[in-house]
Amino acid sequence: MKSVTITSIRPRSRSDATPAAPAAGGKFYTPYSFWFYLPTAVIYSVLFLVPTFASFYYSLTRWSLFESKFIGLDNFVLFFQEPALVKGFTNTLIFAVVTSGSKVVLGLLLAVLLTSRIVGRGYLRSVVFFPVLVSTIGVGLLFQVLMNPEQGLINGALGVIGIDGPGWLTDPKWALMSIALVDVWKGVGLATLIYIAGIVSIPREYMEAARVDGAGSWESFRRIVLPLSRPATVTVVILSLIGGLRSFELIWAMTRGGPGFTSDVISSVIYKQYQAGFYGLSTAGNVILFLVVTAIVLPLSWFLNRKEVNL
Amino acid sequence: MRIGTRSTALAVFAAGTLILSACSAGSLGSSDEGGSGSVSITYLTTNQDQDVKEAEQLAKDFTAKNPGITVKVETRPGGTEGDNIIKTRLSTGDMVDVFNYNTGSLFQAIAPPKNLLPIDDQPYIGDLDENFKKTVTADGKVYGAPVGGFMGGAVLYSIPVYTKLGLKVPTTWSEFMANNAKIKASGDGVAPVIQTYGETWTSQLFVLGDFHNVSAAEPDFADKYTKNEAKYATSPAAVKGFEHTQQVHDLGYENKDFASAKLPDGLKMLATGKGAHYPILSGVVANMIATYPDAAKTVGLFALPGDDAAKNGLTLWTPGGLYIPTTTTGDKLEAAKKFLAFVASPDGCKSQSTAGAPTGPYAVKGCELPADVPQAIKDMQPYLDKPGASSLALEFLSPVKGPSLEQITVEVGSGIRKAKDGAARYDEDVKKQAQQLGLAGW
Amino acid sequence: MSTAELVNHKPGRSYLLSAVAIVSSVVVFVIPFAFIVLTAMKDRQQAADLDFTWPHQFQFVQNFVEVVKARDYMLVIAFINSTILTVASVAGMVVLAAMAGFVLQRRRSKWNGFINFLVLSGLIIPPAVVPTIWVLQKLGLFKTMPGLILIEIAFGLSFCILLFRAFVATIPRELDEAAIIDGAGPLRLFFRVIFPLLRSVIITVVVVQSVNVFNDFVNPLYFLPGDQNATVQLTLYNFSGQFSTQYNLLFMDILLITIPPLIMFLFFNRQIVAGMTSGAIKG
Repeated sequence: MKSVTITSIRPRSRSDATPAAPAAGGKFYTPYSFWFYLPTAVIYSVLFLVPTFASFYYSLTRWSLFESKFIGLDNFVLFFQEPALVKGFTNTLIFAVVTSGSKVVLGLLLAVLLTSRIVGRGYLRSVVFFPVLVSTIGVGLLFQVLMNPEQGLINGALGVIGIDGPGWLTDPKWALMSIALVDVWKGVGLATLIYIAGIVSIPREYMEAARVDGAGSWESFRRIVLPLSRPATVTVVILSLIGGLRSFELIWAMTRGGPGFTSDVISSVIYKQYQAGFYGLSTAGNVILFLVVTAIVLPLSWFLNRKEVNL
Repeated sequence: MRIGTRSTALAVFAAGTLILSACSAGSLGSSDEGGSGSVSITYLTTNQDQDVKEAEQLAKDFTAKNPGITVKVETRPGGTEGDNIIKTRLSTGDMVDVFNYNTGSLFQAIAPPKNLLPIDDQPYIGDLDENFKKTVTADGKVYGAPVGGFMGGAVLYSIPVYTKLGLKVPTTWSEFMANNAKIKASGDGVAPVIQTYGETWTSQLFVLGDFHNVSAAEPDFADKYTKNEAKYATSPAAVKGFEHTQQVHDLGYENKDFASAKLPDGLKMLATGKGAHYPILSGVVANMIATYPDAAKTVGLFALPGDDAAKNGLTLWTPGGLYIPTTTTGDKLEAAKKFLAFVASPDGCKSQSTAGAPTGPYAVKGCELPADVPQAIKDMQPYLDKPGASSLALEFLSPVKGPSLEQITVEVGSGIRKAKDGAARYDEDVKKQAQQLGLAGW
Repeated sequence: MSTAELVNHKPGRSYLLSAVAIVSSVVVFVIPFAFIVLTAMKDRQQAADLDFTWPHQFQFVQNFVEVVKARDYMLVIAFINSTILTVASVAGMVVLAAMAGFVLQRRRSKWNGFINFLVLSGLIIPPAVVPTIWVLQKLGLFKTMPGLILIEIAFGLSFCILLFRAFVATIPRELDEAAIIDGAGPLRLFFRVIFPLLRSVIITVVVVQSVNVFNDFVNPLYFLPGDQNATVQLTLYNFSGQFSTQYNLLFMDILLITIPPLIMFLFFNRQIVAGMTSGAIKG
């Protein structure tokens, strides 16, 4: 409680000092005080940066929570020998690419649809966004039931039209894709929302001009909507790629990486090591995941944002 | 100075919410702290239906005998998630006053001398079963009191199916497979072997429950295993467990929904005669009978069959342990000690039998099983009475146990991986655990 | 919206499209939700069939009472805890992130690159659980609600700062200058001039982060253990063990804990898009 009060009160009490600032400031005065960073910096460093740096150290130890022993890079060697890891790596990449790709395509299409003149637009917008509100664990439990190969609603419905549905979560060939499907189901609402925001902010004149030039719907979509919603695309790609690479809760709720190890991703391998009590090893995995995500997202974000400037 | 009402309001609001939040909701209703001379201790157990019932019954009966001490039951998930919570709470000094946890290899992994209170000086220590004591001993000191009974890792079978087809309880693997073939051929749609990979831990019994047969063939397996001299993949006896798992799948003896079915589905199949055999821990019997009372008579048990009928016997799991962490002090410590003494007494056993069917014999001298125990539990007795017909599971004889066995056996039992390969993979898996424990030879 | 409508400027065509859209939305989104509701009203046996049927007998009230009463009214406690957690941490996030995002966008300094990197890494790096627990313990905040609130704030800040920074960029600097000429200090400039203008992005942040915090599962599990501290997601987790054969109660729980985010969404529905539009997107 004490430290909480400090962080929330400090900026307020500082205000007593500020009135003097404009007068005394001279050429060094800036209204954008660095003090504004302070509460954020304190909370963020203490609760995020410090533990993160501590974890770099622990990734070099054999750590049972009760004691730790420095073993150099052994954990990293061991982690890369982990048989589930190669599978986990490819699965992580597949999962991230498939989900963020589908969110971009579906999100854009839905956004165009939901900004067009269509009956029941309000209803459609709400209903597409609805899954975003349900907790991941809840969605996982729900689809575990719906995707049950023998009793589930999905295979039941497919059976009616004569299709013998696969074991969505129990067949090694399908498990990962089924989870990706559910992830898209849950996340497409947010992507759509971002795209709607992007499309709505396209200046009216562009559309009118296109119309005057006699462009059809497809033409105006391709020449105006698509290029101008590029910032939205960047946002969706970056957010869903990070989400996809780090994705854990849904996979854990639905298959726990199974059957066997077939739907394991890096985060679930890390979590299993963690559960098994291999804290050093798991922390090493955390560091690896961090490097992988950074190596993919940073250049991509830099590349996408740079292009944007040229537009 | 004027900074404007808006920001003032905001600051007040922020401060207000933080003050409000300082007190989390806590528990509604009973506020038992602060009563004169009364002590309240918290007991942490797993969230399985049967465990909660048992814990609440124990708490109730204990308070009846010890007015002034109340026991609050708190729950945690079971399995590896639970392991993790126990470790985290112990390492952060945040454990409740008394907690229930596994014995054997998992017990060794929570650094008992550092985190737990030894109970060697307690009066009931002499009444505890020797086998049990071994599994809660670290550095020569005993740390846990038994809660629950011994469990058998065995095959539960449907007696009506056996009667109808005129089958005999098998003592060798080939007899067992012959029975399976007959059950399948009977055309009743009865699944010869129930597997429930929707709950992965249930997939391990062909391997773990086979250990009596392994040690009958290779008596020093456990020792060598700990020393990194024996391996599942290279020991002809040990690899059988994996091979059996694969065979059952290859011959199509599993129930059709084995990949998604969960424990309750498996119990339902067994209790209703839709499945004939279910390799599982006898600990699930109480749960089954709570839902299907008839199963007390219609479900029996036999040890996992091996190669040699003469040496066939039951693999046993010791009861769970009750432990007091070193963080429990003062009045609560005294109360916690009393609670352990109660649980490890005939009264405690009686209380547990009231809460649900026992899982097997108790590990406390003077504790009798009630006369009306289910048939499956009764079937364990002959193995226990006959010398050399039962042995503890490997996890109680060696601290080496890998975390991924259940995923591997799911793979082997689903045809994703071959038995030999699975065994080799498990050997890799245990390496990390052995290194973590700092065992010699790894 | 009107601009976008121009994309499809042949009005007659959208009826077929509407029908297709509505039908597929029912199949893809409404049926799963209806499944939750229906299962939540069934009795135990029927719920175990897992099929999409009308309940034989409605047990809505009975299931509701049972779920609420389970484990000593755990759900009620959880709702109180989750509400406190969500309100306090989202309030903290909004104020702190708005201040940081404001200065980050306005003030060019050699630190900006580094700060941006830190913000982005907050989005990327998976938090390390056990070291965080240690830090909390050293501060005496482990297993306390304020501790968990600070954790949620720390982990949520990055995303909020990114949104605020992007939005502040759309506010003309002339406004700042006018306020400064009027003699406003940094705090007054921010709270009196800038903060009110952030309204729409604040709503977006509030909605997105409230849903995140309310639905958070992992952090409460580790940083606020204990049944008396349960949050709503943990009840789901606890019940899924305890109710492993009682799908009606499990789905009732899912239903109940989905209601608060739903209400919030209905309440702010329109503003969310507005907030995104007016700036966030240009980041």
